[in-house]
Amino acid sequence: MRDLLPEMPSALDVKDLHISRKGKVLLDVCSLSLDGPGPTLILGPNGSGKSLLLRCLHGLISPDRGEVTQDGLPLGAEQKANQAMVFQNPVLLRRSVSANLDFVLKRQGLNRILRKQRITELLAEGGLEDKARQSARSLSGGEAQRLAILRALASEPETLFLDEPTSALDPGATQMIERMVLRASSRGVRIVMVTHDIGQARRLAADIVMMQGGQIVEHGAAKKVLDAPESDASRRYLAGGLVV
Amino acid sequence: MQNFAAEFSHALSLIFTGDSELWAIVLLSLKVSVLAVLISAVIGMPVGAALAVARFPGRRMMIILMNALMGFPPVVVGLLVYLMLSRSGPLGVLELLYTPTAMIIAQMVLVIPIIAALTRQVVEMLAEEYSEQLRSLGVSRLASVPVLLWDARLALVTALLAGFGRAIAEVGAVIIVGGNINHVTRVMTTTIALETSKGNLALALALGAILIGIAIAVNAMVSALALRAEQEGLRHA
Ligand SMILES: Nc1ncnc2c1ncn2[C@@H]1O[C@H](COP(=O)(O)OP(=O)(O)OP(=O)(O)O)[C@@H](O)[C@H]1O
Ligand SMILES: [Mg+2]
Repeated sequence: MRDLLPEMPSALDVKDLHISRKGKVLLDVCSLSLDGPGPTLILGPNGSGKSLLLRCLHGLISPDRGEVTQDGLPLGAEQKANQAMVFQNPVLLRRSVSANLDFVLKRQGLNRILRKQRITELLAEGGLEDKARQSARSLSGGEAQRLAILRALASEPETLFLDEPTSALDPGATQMIERMVLRASSRGVRIVMVTHDIGQARRLAADIVMMQGGQIVEHGAAKKVLDAPESDASRRYLAGGLVV
Repeated sequence: MQNFAAEFSHALSLIFTGDSELWAIVLLSLKVSVLAVLISAVIGMPVGAALAVARFPGRRMMIILMNALMGFPPVVVGLLVYLMLSRSGPLGVLELLYTPTAMIIAQMVLVIPIIAALTRQVVEMLAEEYSEQLRSLGVSRLASVPVLLWDARLALVTALLAGFGRAIAEVGAVIIVGGNINHVTRVMTTTIALETSKGNLALALALGAILIGIAIAVNAMVSALALRAEQEGLRHA
């Protein structure tokens, strides 16, 4: 099917994923399939395993058992190279803003001229044109987050994971990042994003994964999960979330 | 006191009239210590980085040994290098004893542990901070070494300056392996020791003043780097 629709991003599948540490189950996902074209948003209380799940999907931790596959293939170097991740606490290199982007572009094997061109494009995409030469470590939180996203996009990934990219940002900065995410999505990048902002989930999500205690309690179309959640856990989380 | 004042003004005139003997000694000191530090950096930084990033049996032991070497008494280092280089020593055929090269070697033995230990410390801290991010960007453990070294650059320059401070101020080791030979291996510290005991206080004072000036300059550079690191958010804490 997917072969007939080349504009569809590659599918991510999880089978029987299990991680426990010191006898405590941290992650236990029977099955999860991310193959729709729109952004997937992951919601759930603190400590429910959202970041852990992203790490597994990105191949940063290997689970005790179970497997993550991309288009039916296990996560190898090639699959991982087609993914990028913006961490909950992104680590920017101790270099200038443009050097942070150049670092990724160099690894892509682009020549100087192309890299310069791409850097200009990316900085414009994130509204950081006038910060090119500034030390990345001296950026504000919102600017740093935008740079982290640009750096993730620089490798032109098929899949982009974002872990609460707007959790510490003001409404304007949040809106900027949401626009960046939507633009990437419309270019065909698969978006998998963690958030605690239910309004954001409503604005961005095509489908929503609801987590609780390391398990996926619900996965479905955004509107359905938000307006008519099936599980108690989702209802409780959304009720609490709406109050905040 | 009269005498001291006279010696002092003589010392100043040695400095400011560009006394050729004085400045030859200063130049040799700088040459020996700068070379010793540069070669030590080429050896010490990769060793430090390897200890920070690689995992192999005996690594803990090597780190302890390196830290111990940092506090090694210079006189003993001088003695050991002397034994290595002396006519009957394992490196005797090279006939390096009482040459500037011997002094460079002695200073390297003192400086390499400093540079390696400081490099290990800062690179290890940075590696921990960067590890997941670099893996996400597809950077292998080995390929991460130059990335980490570059991002630790301010701390590494500070380590070089610390090494230079130790090298240029060092007297015990270089006097043993250099021999303090006029026009050949006389550096600032050894000359001060010798001239003071001979009663030639003016030359000793002049060299002492320059040595202090260098120490202050090195410290000023370290603070300037720290300030810059602060401003650009490059600290490693
Ligand atoms: N390496 C680890 N060893 C032990 N426990 C871990 C480890 N990594 C994560 N955990 C635990 O796994 C649980 C899930 O963590 P995770 O970071 O995925 O939560 P989260 O859903 O992202 O929460 P938040 O919304 O606060 O970011 C937490 O209880 C955490 O303490
Ligand atoms: Mg998290």
